[in-house]
Amino acid sequence: MNIFKAILDAFANPIFYKLTLSAATPLLFASLGGLFSEKTGVTNIALEGIMLLGAFSGVMGSALFGSPWIGVILAMMVGVAAAALHAWASINFQADQIVSATAIILLAQGLTGFLLEPVFGKPGSTDIYDKIPEIKLEFLGKGSFLYEMIGSLSPFVYLALILVVVSTLIISTTKLGLRMRAVGENPEAADTLGVSVYGVRWFGVLMSGLLASLGGAYLSVGELGQFTENMTNGKGFIALAALILGNWTPKGALFACLLFGAADAMNEQLQSNPSLAISSSVKPLFNLIPFVITLIVVAGFVGKTRAPAASGTPYEKKG
Amino acid sequence: MNKKKWMRVAIPIISILIALLIASIIIIWIGKGSFAERFDFLVKAYTEMVKGAFGNKTAIMNTIIKMTPLILTGLAVGFGFRAGVFNIGAEGQMAMGALTATIFAVNAASLPSFVAIPLTMIVGMLAGAVWAGIAGFLKAKTGAHEVITTIMLNWIAYNITNWAVTDPFNAGGGIPKSPEIASSAKLPNLLTSQASFMSFGILIAIAAAVVIYIILYKTSMGYEVKAVGFNPYAAEYGGINVSKNIILTMAISGALAGLAGTLESIGLYYRFYGTLSSGKGFDGISIALIGQNNPFGIIAASLLIGGLRTGSNQMQFVGVPKHIVMIIQSIIIFLVAAERMVMTIMGWNRKKGAK
Amino acid sequence: MPFHIPQEDEYKDYAVVMKGIVKQFPRVLANDHVDLYVKRGEIHAIVGENGAGKSTLMNQLYGLYNADEGQILINGEVLSINNPKDAIAVGIGMVHQHFMLVGPLTVAENIVLGDEPTKMKSFFDLAKARKEVKRISEEYGLKVDVDSKIEDISVGTQQRVEILKTLYRGADILILDEPTAVLTPQETEELFVVLRNLQNDGKTIIFITHKLNEVIAVSNNVTVMRGGKVTGQIPTSETTPRELANMMVGREVLLRVEKEKKEPGEKTLEVTGLKVNDNRGLPAVKGVSFEIRKGEILGIAGVAGNGQSELEEALMGLRKKEGGTINFNGLDITSATPRVIREARMSHIAADRFKYAMVKEFTVAYNMALGRHYKQPFAEGGFLNHKNINAISKDLVKKFDVRPPEIQNTAENLSGGNQQKMVVAREFDYQPLCMVVSQPTRGLDIGAIEFIHSTILELRREDVAILLISMELDEILSLSDRIIVMYEGEIMGEVKPNEVSLEELGLMMAGSTLEQARSEAHE
Repeated sequence: MNIFKAILDAFANPIFYKLTLSAATPLLFASLGGLFSEKTGVTNIALEGIMLLGAFSGVMGSALFGSPWIGVILAMMVGVAAAALHAWASINFQADQIVSATAIILLAQGLTGFLLEPVFGKPGSTDIYDKIPEIKLEFLGKGSFLYEMIGSLSPFVYLALILVVVSTLIISTTKLGLRMRAVGENPEAADTLGVSVYGVRWFGVLMSGLLASLGGAYLSVGELGQFTENMTNGKGFIALAALILGNWTPKGALFACLLFGAADAMNEQLQSNPSLAISSSVKPLFNLIPFVITLIVVAGFVGKTRAPAASGTPYEKKG
Repeated sequence: MNKKKWMRVAIPIISILIALLIASIIIIWIGKGSFAERFDFLVKAYTEMVKGAFGNKTAIMNTIIKMTPLILTGLAVGFGFRAGVFNIGAEGQMAMGALTATIFAVNAASLPSFVAIPLTMIVGMLAGAVWAGIAGFLKAKTGAHEVITTIMLNWIAYNITNWAVTDPFNAGGGIPKSPEIASSAKLPNLLTSQASFMSFGILIAIAAAVVIYIILYKTSMGYEVKAVGFNPYAAEYGGINVSKNIILTMAISGALAGLAGTLESIGLYYRFYGTLSSGKGFDGISIALIGQNNPFGIIAASLLIGGLRTGSNQMQFVGVPKHIVMIIQSIIIFLVAAERMVMTIMGWNRKKGAK
Repeated sequence: MPFHIPQEDEYKDYAVVMKGIVKQFPRVLANDHVDLYVKRGEIHAIVGENGAGKSTLMNQLYGLYNADEGQILINGEVLSINNPKDAIAVGIGMVHQHFMLVGPLTVAENIVLGDEPTKMKSFFDLAKARKEVKRISEEYGLKVDVDSKIEDISVGTQQRVEILKTLYRGADILILDEPTAVLTPQETEELFVVLRNLQNDGKTIIFITHKLNEVIAVSNNVTVMRGGKVTGQIPTSETTPRELANMMVGREVLLRVEKEKKEPGEKTLEVTGLKVNDNRGLPAVKGVSFEIRKGEILGIAGVAGNGQSELEEALMGLRKKEGGTINFNGLDITSATPRVIREARMSHIAADRFKYAMVKEFTVAYNMALGRHYKQPFAEGGFLNHKNINAISKDLVKKFDVRPPEIQNTAENLSGGNQQKMVVAREFDYQPLCMVVSQPTRGLDIGAIEFIHSTILELRREDVAILLISMELDEILSLSDRIIVMYEGEIMGEVKPNEVSLEELGLMMAGSTLEQARSEAHE
């Protein structure tokens, strides 16, 4: 059958692996962000909105200051600010974490849509601005399989992979990491030992904003150089599913994101494979594949992996 | 938390006022010229908004037309909240309901109106119920959180409906829309004004609110739904089947969203468009929160959001992007969720226990 | 020699002086001008009923609450203790009634949390933490395995971890809040040995309890509290349990209930080879068999977490069975749903009142309808009959003296005792043939305890078969006709209350069979 041949073709194609890496990268940033937040006991489904804000501010920085790097810094600042809103409501005022995050998603969609015209002069999407240049590994030999695969990747891809290691180190080997795990499992116990529950939770949520906004910035100034309305397309939620599948560890999140990325890459490869001759009208059917996979993963793995016990539960300081 | 009854009404109202205040600051900020000019701009923007929503008969009709699906998606989300499930998927349920109902209605020419209309509505509600029921089933059987599953189902619904109206169910002409429904399935009009018309849909939506009110407050089923929402363990202890109730609640919630989509098709567009739901499912979340999950509160909140939506279309003509409404809504949701923030701002919880 | 109230120049010899402490909560005045004097190096007991204000007082000493009025002096110095950090800094440590431990972390990690040894400033030095914890554990003779996860060790060991936590922080003043509630009599004895050793090392210990024999056994001085006030300060050697009880309650107390003689009737509930798993899927009830006859109370004794709650939930259809059968009044209810079991006239006072027995957001009237909300006279044709719900609730509230007698009050606004009365009223009104009664008096004051005990005995008079699960050995011994002891999901033996000693029961609760316990107790 053609379809099997097409799948084998994809596996033999170095571009498939490159696409996998680049599709996994934004998910990985957001997933690590979600990990920091959930480890301290705050669920943050606002990742989707924070990514969107990151994507927008990345391009805004690039457009206003002429440098995509400034865009990335701006994105991180905005991401942290949005996360601060979530932290403030859900930590200090014990708001329902899901509802508060929903508000932030809506705010992100509203604000980015609203500002498109005043900032960029037109609705819908921006022009194409400078993006962060890819890192060329020419020593691999242009045209070689390895070069096609990893010879020109965005620095974001490397950064995401480094962050997996850094996150693991922070969570498993530092004093802060020990406190994060304690606060996410039993905030009251940590509180009675003088650990600042609010402080640790604020750190976790702000980190989630920082990392998710980097994921968003990658989508705009890292990949396209452009912002379009609602360009995150549910990636923030897929990142949450990756967190579940990866059993709330950085390494697990990495593998889960690579899996989702590969599904995405395969989808793209099949759609563009001439031997399958897929007409443009059935493409929506292919586009729903990642969402179906996410649904199956969430339904199949939730409860089989272990979430931090206090995740999603507001903690009220005594006294 | 010592929240008093009057606060249930006061908190949403204060949240709305704060949101409008913040929106005003944003509008002044994007204005041009001196402060006086910017202030004039703000006044003009709000005047246009009120005019656009309630200025004349057509405006009021447009507001009511906008309100109709919002009442139903608000009820969908609010009913779910009562049973402790957060149905963020009204959007997808609405689209699936509308698509299925439209397919049925296109082929209903042989049926008389008094059969075609109710049947179409039932088909749309069933489709919404099944779509939401998937999330309910997964939550009850595997514990998969409904927020993630319904969002995934939204994207799946979006792609399925998109495919349906571009390929097998396309009316032609290169636009992603379905053929027109049979005239026997069209809802009769309640009011007309110049070129616009308004169907009986609003009455159906209000009737749905009354039915939900009766279910919630007068029946054993409502008792069970609320018990499961407040404390599933106690519900089980009291012999209530928690899984069944979660699935049932999701199905009813989805049926309401499906009905919202169906009414848009048979009462307004007479066909299915790819963008038929366009955020109305998500509006249901703000409406349910503002209306505090009470069916009559939800009707009032729908009037507010419906008014903001029609008004914001008018506001665009003076240069304020209509996304301002989303910003206003997000601030309202945020404040209603963090109601203690509002209570602190108002100084209502000063005597809260210690310190 | 009466209790000596120190003058200001003597305060330097006192580890803790609390003077005129006032603490107001939204609904109650929890501490009303309370004075407490704890001499350095003594074991000082604070006794009082639930709600007397003992824990509130200690939480202020530990900085979890701030006092509205009053002074705290530590070793003669006036200090303001605003949070646990301040308390730890001046050498105060607290072992809470509900253990404050992080399940998935190890013993060592739990002990050093908040004051972790580090390398290069921010990295956690696990090796040093393990070494330090081992050293302290050996120094004070508190044996623990530093690498075990908390969720895998026994309750008694968890308590040692809690004590080690305070010692690691250099505590000189230890507060223990109801430390024996979860222990077997033998583990309690071991704890007392530890406490005396700590006292010999110069530590000051404040010991909160409501068990009077423990006060006599271990303390030097006692402060008695009632309704937020101090009602007695006395050296332990000068007092008796009866006198303390009177100070606690403010009136003469019956320490024993009167139970009439009664021949049990026919078999009502028969459980054979029942197997049930816990939440983690591990066996919690391992093939348990027993029967209960009409008008008989079968008591189940045991330390918390030995399968009692799984048994309770399995009987009521709230938990899946892995094996065995349950026969009730001629009906096989092994895999029946809670509704069917209730229809068959079995009712249930759940151990966890907040989790199971009530919907705190519902009104008292709605709570009275729970479990029968779908049928006559509470509902008809799918619609609730509010008139009947209200009338029946009014009746029950009056009969069971639920206060305030306002049926439209939400249940969360009632006190613990009144919530329990509400639950008892409803379950009583089911007119059950069999009732599963679990921890019926946990957290209640003596008045409510007496009321609930007399209600249980009334059910017995009316020929109801009763399964009584309780951690309170006194309760089990005074109410039951027969007692079975559960340990790690198995029955260690069956005894009659008048044919067993406390010591034998304790040994069985710790895993000895009846024969082993008998022979060991006689040695």
